[in-house]
Amino acid sequence: MNAQAVLTPLPVLIPMLGAAGTMFAGRQPRLQRVITLGALGAVVVVCAGLLHLSDQRGTMALHVGGWGESMLGMGPLGITLVVDRLSALMMVVSSIVLLAVVLFAIGQGIRDGDERQPVSIFLPTYLVLSAGVCGAFLAGDLFNLYVCFEVLLAASFVLLTIGASTERVRVGIYYVMVSMVSSLIFLIGIALVYAATGTLNMAELAIRLNSVTPGTRSALFAVLLVAFGVKAAVFPLSMWLPDSYPTAPAPVTAVFAGLLTKVGVYAIIRAHTLLFPAAGLDRMLMVAALLTMLVGILGAIAQTDIKRLLSFTLVSHIGYMVFGVSLATQLGLSGAIYYVAHHILVQTTLFLVVGLIERQAGASSLQRLGGLAAASPLLAFIFVVPALNLGGIPPFSGFIGKIALMEAGAQDGSALAWILVGGSVLTSLLTLYVVSRVWTLAFWRPRADAPEDLASAAPSALLDDTRDIAVLEREDVGRMPVGMLAPTGGLIAVGLVLTVAAGPIISYTDRAAAEVMDRDRYISAVLSEAHP
Amino acid sequence: MTAFLVPLLLIGGLVSAGVYLLLERNLTRMLLGLLLIGNAVNLLILFVGGPSGNPPVRGRVSAGQTATADPLVQAMILTAIVISMGIAAFVLALIYRTYRLTTEEDVENDPESERVAHMTAEEAAAVDEGRPVPDLSRDTDEADALDALPGLEGSR
Repeated sequence: MNAQAVLTPLPVLIPMLGAAGTMFAGRQPRLQRVITLGALGAVVVVCAGLLHLSDQRGTMALHVGGWGESMLGMGPLGITLVVDRLSALMMVVSSIVLLAVVLFAIGQGIRDGDERQPVSIFLPTYLVLSAGVCGAFLAGDLFNLYVCFEVLLAASFVLLTIGASTERVRVGIYYVMVSMVSSLIFLIGIALVYAATGTLNMAELAIRLNSVTPGTRSALFAVLLVAFGVKAAVFPLSMWLPDSYPTAPAPVTAVFAGLLTKVGVYAIIRAHTLLFPAAGLDRMLMVAALLTMLVGILGAIAQTDIKRLLSFTLVSHIGYMVFGVSLATQLGLSGAIYYVAHHILVQTTLFLVVGLIERQAGASSLQRLGGLAAASPLLAFIFVVPALNLGGIPPFSGFIGKIALMEAGAQDGSALAWILVGGSVLTSLLTLYVVSRVWTLAFWRPRADAPEDLASAAPSALLDDTRDIAVLEREDVGRMPVGMLAPTGGLIAVGLVLTVAAGPIISYTDRAAAEVMDRDRYISAVLSEAHP
Repeated sequence: MTAFLVPLLLIGGLVSAGVYLLLERNLTRMLLGLLLIGNAVNLLILFVGGPSGNPPVRGRVSAGQTATADPLVQAMILTAIVISMGIAAFVLALIYRTYRLTTEEDVENDPESERVAHMTAEEAAAVDEGRPVPDLSRDTDEADALDALPGLEGSR
């Protein structure tokens, strides 16, 4: 029994067992918190171990419940889990974000929550979501990927509609319907792939799809791409996102924005490199990337609510990752992987900061904000660092990721790639405009100049049950609680590590991209494990 | 693989009926649409698993057929059925909750999207410059908070 065989299933197992434990401890909030933090802390350690192992040993595969070869020659039966550098990096970043967000949520609950908060549901569901996210990164089989998507989606349905207020039920309906349609399209894709090849194991598929006619291959890829594109919010399948994310509680929005779309991007990377290289849809992906960037950021300019504004920038920046993937070169893929890591961290941080703004100022609408820089210089600082990072100001990681992608685009050299480079510069500038608009209105403008003099009466934790009162009558909520501030600061620090250690990290993502492009390593790792 | 026309037509019919229902605004019909498409996809998975008539148990003979039926497709369909049942229960709970809260069960447009989409140039300029958005529709002869703001005195 070697280390990798022990560690590989743990990122799914620990949160699942943790979820069961927190269910049993439903009436003891303190025990629930201890179990949750213990489980997610252990996942961070395990993922870091997997990152180290995968960097040393290359692709590692494990067949959980390996029932051997099936009679009909359908490839190995069982639950195939695969760790390579790409999935290990995704899991490390995700587990750090999951831990930080749950710390924020617990800090918020201890300070602002009360007896009526549905905390006993929140923590188990959150752990199931974590298991689904890690499982999706580990899955070495299309059907397992589908199941992991469903696990994380089902958990996200509960988290999004927590408290079931009018507003949340309304957006919950959009979100559930769109997600279900995308899952059904994924399932249709799975059925068609199975019809064409007779297997769903990704390594086996990579071999067998070679003998499928190119037209069929492109059609299969297109079906899967629509399914993943809805999850990743790629234009024109992105319209659901800005409507559904902003109404959820701050920690829930933060973790959704950071992780759920990136799981879709990860699935696109996997399908594009491993299953369907040269499927002939790269140009279409490039156009989709360009439109995602531009339409997303133009939508952000029109918004007055910071949460909606950030949701639109989230959609817009998915375009950068799709751009990197669509170039189908090692440089482009490396840039895309770095950008995914950067974007998970920065987008989650920004949503957590908005949670703090909402708590301190009682609003997230620019119509109701002002004077925050004077009221709380610390809040201004923790907003401006990730905001500039998102806008791509040197020396932050957003700048490094964008430069890597533009370099890859310039190396590609085709007219469309140059248009995309131009589009990404424009998007970057407009992002900077959007965040500086938030900065000027919410932080610099005196509060009295804001058009609406209303604010929510009290800070809310998980439920949106506060009413509006005149801002002058709002009671002082005190300083920002350490339990909320520390995780936010921690995420900003991790985001800065991406800048400080950019050299080693870029060389790691280069190795990850090389590994992902070299399909034989993945195939031989999975299939040699199946027939020892 | 041999394709059979009748099941494929059946699947196509179910999907098109499902899509038709999904395009409604009524939530119960949307759910029924989802379930129809889900069943169609399950049938599709079943039919891609091989011809009918093979015995599902290994080592048995069924009507002269000796090749074992593909066990994977059955496992996948079972999983998909369980998932769609769970989600359907959740959607039904949401529909009931919507009905309790609003006494209707139609999907509404997002109010914030509507507001931003139908902003006039004047309102958009007001938002950009941080001025109060002129709310013409709700202006009455009564004195209100907006009338006290500088630059808007006497708007009534």
